[in-house]
Amino acid sequence: MSDAKPTARWREIAHNGLWKQNAGVVQLLGLCPVLAVSTSVINGVSLGLATTLVTALSGASVALLRQFIPNEIRNPVFIMIIAALVTCVDQAMNAWMHGLYAVLGIFIPLITTNCIVMARAEAFASRNTVPEAALDGAMMGLGLTGVLAVLGALRELIGRGTLFSGAELVFGDAGRALVLHLVPAQMNYQYLLALLPPGAFIGLGLMVAGKQWLDARARTRAALQQAAAQLLPEAEGAR
Amino acid sequence: MTRRAATQARVSALTLLAFTFAATLILALSFIATRERIAANENAARAALIAQTLPAGSFDNDLVADTVPLTGTEAAALGLAPGAVAHVARKEGVLVARVFEVETGRGYGGRIRLLVGVTADGRVSGVRVVAHKETPGLGDYIDRAKSNWADQLAGRGMETRWRVKKDGGDIDSVSGATISARAVTGAVGQAVGVADQLAARLKEQK
Repeated sequence: MSDAKPTARWREIAHNGLWKQNAGVVQLLGLCPVLAVSTSVINGVSLGLATTLVTALSGASVALLRQFIPNEIRNPVFIMIIAALVTCVDQAMNAWMHGLYAVLGIFIPLITTNCIVMARAEAFASRNTVPEAALDGAMMGLGLTGVLAVLGALRELIGRGTLFSGAELVFGDAGRALVLHLVPAQMNYQYLLALLPPGAFIGLGLMVAGKQWLDARARTRAALQQAAAQLLPEAEGAR
Repeated sequence: MTRRAATQARVSALTLLAFTFAATLILALSFIATRERIAANENAARAALIAQTLPAGSFDNDLVADTVPLTGTEAAALGLAPGAVAHVARKEGVLVARVFEVETGRGYGGRIRLLVGVTADGRVSGVRVVAHKETPGLGDYIDRAKSNWADQLAGRGMETRWRVKKDGGDIDSVSGATISARAVTGAVGQAVGVADQLAARLKEQK
């Protein structure tokens, strides 16, 4: 347990998952689904949320059971817990969100092999309390969902000129009203590079670069402020 | 020392066994909870797909349940495994059309699976691509969701030369992406042929 106040600890976990250790653009874990499914916002966010559910549940269960898991067989046990959870999510989606299940297809069962789930079980959940591990899992998953949403929006917008296409798969027929056509539908606009895998690589590369740039800018600002704070008292003293 | 190692191994094995057992139990429960809904979903999705090859309101039976078995040669002509069936559409008990599943390996990106509806008088009522891996934006025009290319196949029967125009047939294709159209055209032609054989065979039996 850390000595910091609980809220500070929770904020740190959230910041870590959403930004500092972001699964998609910093750790670059679980790239296969990120690259394959991010052809539209709806696909990306749906898979992201399914992954979030799994990372949160697996984090909580690993943290809950960690006293009972002998160290030398922890990996097989983690894999079993994760695989069982994924299968439950897979069956639940097949039963209650069949249209979306048909679109995401093989990538739901493949959440099992998503390195981020295993990585958080090993690196975080096996050493922390249940609520912290659940939060960590949820935040890591949401961080990944964010990346999937932005990348999906980017590729959908450039590739097809729409946003939220396929919303009817999640919300039923009412979802059709949500689809935004930024390029009129009858023009049949399509830019293949964005929709095919190379577009995913290029988009993800831009996002990694963008995050680095934002971080670098924040660092420069902090350094400048620090320097100013050091210089100013001296300047005042000299006066 | 060896005894301790053996004890430890036994403890590990038993723990793993316990976890396996618990996981199996959870999976069994989740399977039982979702089984019926999943089966219903799959049936509904399949029925909706089959129904798309027929004019709306042209039938009133359960397309998934009402089937007619195909012979080995008929199934082979459609690219299917032995024991395949055709779905039968009826209105007030009268045969309206039969819907065939066809699979062809001649697509540009691999196998293409289709559903082809053939009316009682041997004409194509509709064609739907169920699964394909054709190039997005190029060969995927065979898919009704992408273009209305497949509409030209409807209404045709045995008299049609089931080849693309480039090969001396009757069917238009998009230049630069002929292979996809060629595969679908050939497969639909096979379905029309099988429908004709099947109709003749069933008439004979009566």
